[in-house]
Amino acid sequence: MAEAEAVPAVRELTYVRAINEAVRLVLAEQSTAFVAGEDVAGAGSVFGYYAGLLEEFGPERVFDTPISEEGIVGLGVGAAATGLRPVIDIMFMDFMGECMDEITNQMAKMRYMFGGAATLPITLLTMSGAGMNMAAQHSQSLEAWLCHLPGLKVVMPATPYDAKGLIIAAARDDNPVIVALNKMSLRFKGEVPEAAYEVPIGAANIVRRGENFTIVTYSRMVHEALQAAQELAELGVDAEIIDLRSLQPLDSETVLASVRKTHRAMVVHEAVRFGGLGGEIAAQIQEHAFDDLDAPVGRVGAPFSPVPFSPQLEKSYVPNAAKIVAEARRLLGA
Amino acid sequence: MTAQPDDATLLDIHERMTRIRIFETEAGKLMEDGKIPGALHLYVGQEAVAAGVMAHLSNADWITSTHRGHGHLIAKGGEFGRMFAELFGRSDGYCKGKGGSMHISNMELGMLGANGIVGAGPPIAVGAAFSCRFKQTRNVAVTFFGDGASNEGSFHEAANMAALYKLPIVFVCENNGYGEYTPQANHQAVVDVADRAPGYGMPGAVVDGMDAVAVYEAAGVALERARDGAGPTLLECKTYRFFDHVGVRGMGLSYRTDEELAEWQQRDPIVLFEQRLAELGVLDPGAALAVRDAVAAQVQAGIEFAEASPMPDPAVLLDDVYA
Repeated sequence: MAEAEAVPAVRELTYVRAINEAVRLVLAEQSTAFVAGEDVAGAGSVFGYYAGLLEEFGPERVFDTPISEEGIVGLGVGAAATGLRPVIDIMFMDFMGECMDEITNQMAKMRYMFGGAATLPITLLTMSGAGMNMAAQHSQSLEAWLCHLPGLKVVMPATPYDAKGLIIAAARDDNPVIVALNKMSLRFKGEVPEAAYEVPIGAANIVRRGENFTIVTYSRMVHEALQAAQELAELGVDAEIIDLRSLQPLDSETVLASVRKTHRAMVVHEAVRFGGLGGEIAAQIQEHAFDDLDAPVGRVGAPFSPVPFSPQLEKSYVPNAAKIVAEARRLLGA
Repeated sequence: MTAQPDDATLLDIHERMTRIRIFETEAGKLMEDGKIPGALHLYVGQEAVAAGVMAHLSNADWITSTHRGHGHLIAKGGEFGRMFAELFGRSDGYCKGKGGSMHISNMELGMLGANGIVGAGPPIAVGAAFSCRFKQTRNVAVTFFGDGASNEGSFHEAANMAALYKLPIVFVCENNGYGEYTPQANHQAVVDVADRAPGYGMPGAVVDGMDAVAVYEAAGVALERARDGAGPTLLECKTYRFFDHVGVRGMGLSYRTDEELAEWQQRDPIVLFEQRLAELGVLDPGAALAVRDAVAAQVQAGIEFAEASPMPDPAVLLDDVYA
């Protein structure tokens, strides 16, 4: 240990480094954990978050796979059912179409179909989100597909701290957990303790306390919501921002408690608005807190279109602080 | 080369085949009488494949199965009572009534489930084989699949990965000539699925799937190779289903002729095997009949066990969605 060095009070890491540190700690603490996916070993992933792991843990525990998403997830399912703890990487969430049978019909259901006899401790890391001009097949946020499948857990970290803590929690969980990361967040910096710690799956985080407007969001939209909150403050709106962190299970209680206090709510996500998580959350709010509402529950999401390529089009497609402010104004009639 | 089966092994294979035949025949009757809900895909006619392969495996070896999975579980050691209870949807079933015929499984026996998705097994078996090697055991995985499944991308991905990583796995293609109701000639250009093996960098072999000894010997070679760390083999067993795709008489679709069925029934794997055992002096017809009677009694006891088993309490509906 470098006890002679001045230790900064707060250690900051980027999102990508936090992911790397989490996976390293998982491999170190779990002798049956391994990482498999496309370009994860030699290249350390196209996003760089497995850098150094092959060298540290060797080729039996960190290995490249063919470009065979169904095979990769199937390998994870079979290995998990027979006693290992796989960390499976699907490079882009958009590629899940290639492995949706293994996710939908095998991974999510095997335990139930077998009457509880199988345990599937799989951590599946994948990358979501637009903003890099990667066009329609490398930019999607498809979490609604996954949250609709009983048997899966789904988390989407917004910060380096949550990325590390949710990956460690996922790897220690005996269920399949999908960790959908965000590509535009890779360079975000934030406080990250060095030790292994868990961010509990199923617990939302109130990232801004406020009194008269609840914004429920997750992943990169948390940062857009925080920015929007500053503008809204000028309109006399004191927004409370809830980062769900975990979409399945969903921390409905935190959302409802906030709405009962603020009487107004909006859900913000990067995914296409139609059929997105926002509909589910809005429905839960009206089911359980209808009498507390002073206005309909708003929703901000992407329009019903594939993600466009042109930087100008993509910019107008992706939800942002300005759209959140506009939706708040609409709901307030301001 | 694997040695020819000794007398004890021959009797063991005979019993496994007999157990499958009688269980499946009775299950088919119960389904057609409306006593078993849902759909059953029965294994009658294909018994030599499951019995010949499984005679080599222990409970620590893993298999993945297909929608036609009862035979695999029986050959792996499945108990009639718990199997019938599962088919009846009862709480004493192997899956507590939550899986049924298409998801019947037992982890203690190393049986990773029948599967309702054609071609889903091979990638899972690759994972099980990876696990066997990761734990530094000599255990193996065997994946059973049909000629139809060999056209799925999942088979291709699994075969490539297994050969690439030299995993301890055997791909057993049960080519029964039909992908559901479509004859093989209408769903693939190759006659022998095993021809695809060299394309993956693994050996392939075609074996008479109605001849249990031939299956046993070929599987022995493939399994030894897998256990020795030399990688996978694609073993294609030519066989035939004597019952329909679903049930016994099925939906009465005209997709195969009575003549074709009768021709294959001339090569009934159990009849052929019993003739051979009689010639070898290992089991005379009287003794074979005694085995059948004993198994039939066990099947009846299994059905009684299942009928006496309670239906699942609705309170357990949401149990085991998560660990």
